[in-house]
Amino acid sequence: MKNEKILKSNNIPLYMVIFSVVVLTMPLWLEPIGAAYPDLLQKFAIFGIFAVGFNILFGLTGYLSFGHATFLGVGSYTAVWSFKLLTMNVLPAIIFSMVLAGIFALLIGYISLRRSGIYFSILTLAFAQMSYNLAYSVLTPITNGETGLQLSKNDPRVVDGLFVEVGQGIPSTNLFGLEMSGYQGFYFCAVLLIIAFYISLKIFNSPFGLNLRAIKSNQTRMSYTGYNTKPYLLAAFVISGMFAGLAGGLLAVTDPLAGAERMQWTASGEVVLMTILGGVGTLLGPLLGVGIIKYLENIFSSIGVKELGDFFSFVPDSMHAFVVDFSSLFVGEGWHLTLGLLFMIIVIFLPGGIMQGFDKIKNLMSKKDKE
Amino acid sequence: MDTIIIQLLNGLDKGGAYALIALGLTLVFGTLGVVNFAHGALFMLGAFCAVSMHQLLTISKSVKDESIKFFDAFKEQPYLEIWWGDTGTAIIDYSVPISILLAIPLMLAIGIAMERGLIRHFYRRTHAEQILVTFGLAIVLQEIIRHFYGANPIPTPAPATFSGSAPVGSLVGLGENVVYPWWRLIYLGFSLSIIGAVFAFLKYTTFGLVVRAGMADRDMVGLLGINIERRFTIVFGIATIVAGLAGVMYAPILPPDYHMGMDFLVLSFVVVVVGGMGSLEGAVFAGFLLGILQSFAAMNEVKSILPGIDQIIIYLVAVIVLLVKPRGLMGKKGVFED
Amino acid sequence: MTDKKTNNWSRRQVLKAGVASSAAIGAPMFFSRNTWAADFRNNPGNSKNLVLGFNVPQTGAYADEGADELRAFKLAVKHLNGEGDGGMLNTMKPSVLKGNGVLGKKVTFVTGDTQTKSDAARSSAKRMIEKEGALMISGGSSSGVAIAVQSLAQEMGIIFMAGLTHSNDTTGKDKRRYGFRHFFNAKMSGAALGPVLKKEMGTDRNAYHLTADYTWGWTQEESIKETTEALGWKTLKAVKTPVGAGDFSQYITPILNSGADTLILNHYGKDMINSLTQAVQFGLRDKQVNGKQFEIIVPLYSRLMAQGAGKNLQGILGTTNWNWALKDAGSQAFVKSFGQEYGFPPSQAAHTCYVQTLLYANACETAGTFYPPEVIKTLEGFEFDGMGNGPTEYRAEDHQCFKDVLVMRGNMKPTSQFDLLEIVQQVPRKQVEYDAKIFGGELGPYVV
Repeated sequence: MKNEKILKSNNIPLYMVIFSVVVLTMPLWLEPIGAAYPDLLQKFAIFGIFAVGFNILFGLTGYLSFGHATFLGVGSYTAVWSFKLLTMNVLPAIIFSMVLAGIFALLIGYISLRRSGIYFSILTLAFAQMSYNLAYSVLTPITNGETGLQLSKNDPRVVDGLFVEVGQGIPSTNLFGLEMSGYQGFYFCAVLLIIAFYISLKIFNSPFGLNLRAIKSNQTRMSYTGYNTKPYLLAAFVISGMFAGLAGGLLAVTDPLAGAERMQWTASGEVVLMTILGGVGTLLGPLLGVGIIKYLENIFSSIGVKELGDFFSFVPDSMHAFVVDFSSLFVGEGWHLTLGLLFMIIVIFLPGGIMQGFDKIKNLMSKKDKE
Repeated sequence: MDTIIIQLLNGLDKGGAYALIALGLTLVFGTLGVVNFAHGALFMLGAFCAVSMHQLLTISKSVKDESIKFFDAFKEQPYLEIWWGDTGTAIIDYSVPISILLAIPLMLAIGIAMERGLIRHFYRRTHAEQILVTFGLAIVLQEIIRHFYGANPIPTPAPATFSGSAPVGSLVGLGENVVYPWWRLIYLGFSLSIIGAVFAFLKYTTFGLVVRAGMADRDMVGLLGINIERRFTIVFGIATIVAGLAGVMYAPILPPDYHMGMDFLVLSFVVVVVGGMGSLEGAVFAGFLLGILQSFAAMNEVKSILPGIDQIIIYLVAVIVLLVKPRGLMGKKGVFED
Repeated sequence: MTDKKTNNWSRRQVLKAGVASSAAIGAPMFFSRNTWAADFRNNPGNSKNLVLGFNVPQTGAYADEGADELRAFKLAVKHLNGEGDGGMLNTMKPSVLKGNGVLGKKVTFVTGDTQTKSDAARSSAKRMIEKEGALMISGGSSSGVAIAVQSLAQEMGIIFMAGLTHSNDTTGKDKRRYGFRHFFNAKMSGAALGPVLKKEMGTDRNAYHLTADYTWGWTQEESIKETTEALGWKTLKAVKTPVGAGDFSQYITPILNSGADTLILNHYGKDMINSLTQAVQFGLRDKQVNGKQFEIIVPLYSRLMAQGAGKNLQGILGTTNWNWALKDAGSQAFVKSFGQEYGFPPSQAAHTCYVQTLLYANACETAGTFYPPEVIKTLEGFEFDGMGNGPTEYRAEDHQCFKDVLVMRGNMKPTSQFDLLEIVQQVPRKQVEYDAKIFGGELGPYVV
């Protein structure tokens, strides 16, 4: 994999401003493609954090973890328990989420990082599957198994109990009184995404990030030079685990429910796919990957024959039925097919992900300019 | 005692399936250096060969169903039965074994097409890219099958003769309760013979010699002027056939549905890694080991001591093995560690 | 699709923020009785259309069931709008539906894919509510998903008419004011099976349970145990099996030597197809234990499962909510229009979804408004007939429908590919009723 251009430090403020504006105006510019509604916007931001964190490990060190969904799940469970036991305020919840996910990442990372390559991947996968299987079955008192951990009116909520009278229904998650559903929830997640992105940018540009890249290009040489690579790797692993924990916590913040399926290997696989699809090791790539996969999952899956008929109304009548029939294979229940084809096309033609596609276009343009 | 013998038999039986799936996977790993996430899908395609053969043999004439009065419904009567009577019924009964005849050429064709069309271009790409492209392919194959066969499992029974249980216990002088399904015993025998055949092929033919040399040092073999590319295609074809046959014969045990490949994918990877990447013996050994452990972990006596152990045993073993033996049980140095 | 009510939404959010900041978080006694007509989520207002959201599994193991549910929904929408032959609209009593839409509005729908995952199901439900303005959500093919979506419905103030969900929890400890279930549950399955089991298998049996290791499996195991132990049966062992295990043989082999003469499979869908197929292969059904024929019981059946299990299911007892072979006018009307539309009879999942849609529409029409609290009050305690299963009541205390339950047996001599189950007994409603209090839980407020 080729080395990515690192931003010059004096460009960072400008870069961040543009990034923030783009993220915060998502409800506006996503409207035309039908993606501007709170739930999907929240998912974009939350999985964005997840993928940005994953990219710190995979993009910088090349260590492919197949078990990152564990930390997502741990984050969600922690947050819901914080809502149940302490307070509906989201700040403690996401802090606990990150801390506990960090501890899990420390333990799993410490063991898994004793191996590299595909052995590392299988170790993380094994831990994730164990967590998932146990959460689904034996640990049900903590996780509420298949149904998922939910709030209930009778939860103690010790801290809230001191300040607030018990209402009629189940209280909502809030940030000092500001409810965390709908657009407010999105803006909260978006701000955290911006912060997370800033941290990841800093890490990419830091000496620490440089060390991680060096590990990726040649670990043996690194250790010959007297570097003990393990602490760096473990630090990267824990940081990305905490990002995942934060994402998991936010999932619970915007929607107070935590289910075991968040920890399944397919969920771990999803973030890998998002990152690779967008472009491993690039700053923006993982976010693009998140956008595409979540958009397919939420919007493509809801398109039916009727919508297609309207969309293709410009096609002549003789062709109309055929075009609609054919394209209906790829939407609605067939959205998985689109996903699979997309993976193949991207990897075959753009091994560096979508970001590489942009680079190619940019290069073409600049060549033309020169001519 | 009886219980333990049955459980052991069960472990061997499960292990046979795991070993068979892992064998093809590790063959591709070891020779081609490709992480094939579509291997589970090939297993699934094999199972659907059995389904298709069953459907092919039961192509039917629609006869108006008089028992339904609300609307026009039709009963199916297979042409084979109409033409040949009882012989036709017998042929339909044996549709699963017969479908092996379909599966071998079909899976070979699929394997060659896949290697030529896709896998070949990924020999020198990173494992992450190989995973993504083959995973994408797996989804596509899966969705195609779903489009034609639906999502519901399709019952594909074994021939009636083998549908019951074999009184293994009475045959060898143990308790009467030691019984085991005929078809599972056949599966065990089948997987052992396929494994044996693959090993014999690699060991006693010149082709096998070259492939084994290629597994040890691909560049060297290439330098010797041997056309390794064509051999790779054939190796991939063999791996595809093995996966397909594993699927065909598994159809009576597990009614096939489009998703069954994914369910086996993770498991087969764990088997391969526990056995040692690129080691055929390791894959077979690990397959049987994990099968037996899984079977014993499900015993009530074990579960009462360690609750939930049956849910995680495979992964727990994988973690322990990898920590104690860094390259798996029989792995070689330097394989897949970058 | 075209009538998005984003304005309503943001106004409401502002109001709610106001409530929240006054520290009475979630205490919603804000709307006065006079203003409700104007302000509730996704109020169709002056729009000509009414949007319903159908949330079914389109991918994954239950995709075929989801597809059948979707067919039923589409049929229900057709009938509500006065197209087709009207189906159960003609047999439902009491009914104020006229086949001209609901409250003069044309019924339209949007769909979502639950993937049989709680997260995905809540996401697609949210899309339908937030983006497409769905006023009611229905569907689901798993209890975990139904419970997750039901609690979301409560939070968002959108009525949820559950599809196929059989766990006691859905209208038990996890019940919600905004959630309604027409389908029966494990408790009722147990109560219906009891007398039949006694008659067919006697009172001296040793039962061995294999139970899917998740909420639904446990509630069913508990309910069936309760029934069988009351008959005098012994429960030798209840073993939990991982969901989606595929090969269950390692759990079946210990049964051979356990001395059990009855196997109860608390599995559903693919798991049930696999475990049953494998149990039969192990010769359990040919076995004699303690001089008794070994029997297998599958407490919850569906025709789609019966198709997957094939011959292995013949002669095995279980229960269903409904079957297309029922002879009452309502069932016949539904089977007729479904069969004409799609060429095969509907499944029980399709039936419950169709009925739920009609019930919701009828409640709106009766209440004269779409305002959820009023619609809920109309549905609570609603008694109706002519929709299969005889006279039925939506119990107000837990939003569970009470009606006849069918005890079924895998048909030994199927006359067609759909004739896989035969009705052993239509167990009268009285026999399956229970006290709403036994499961605990709380419905929550009308106004959220």
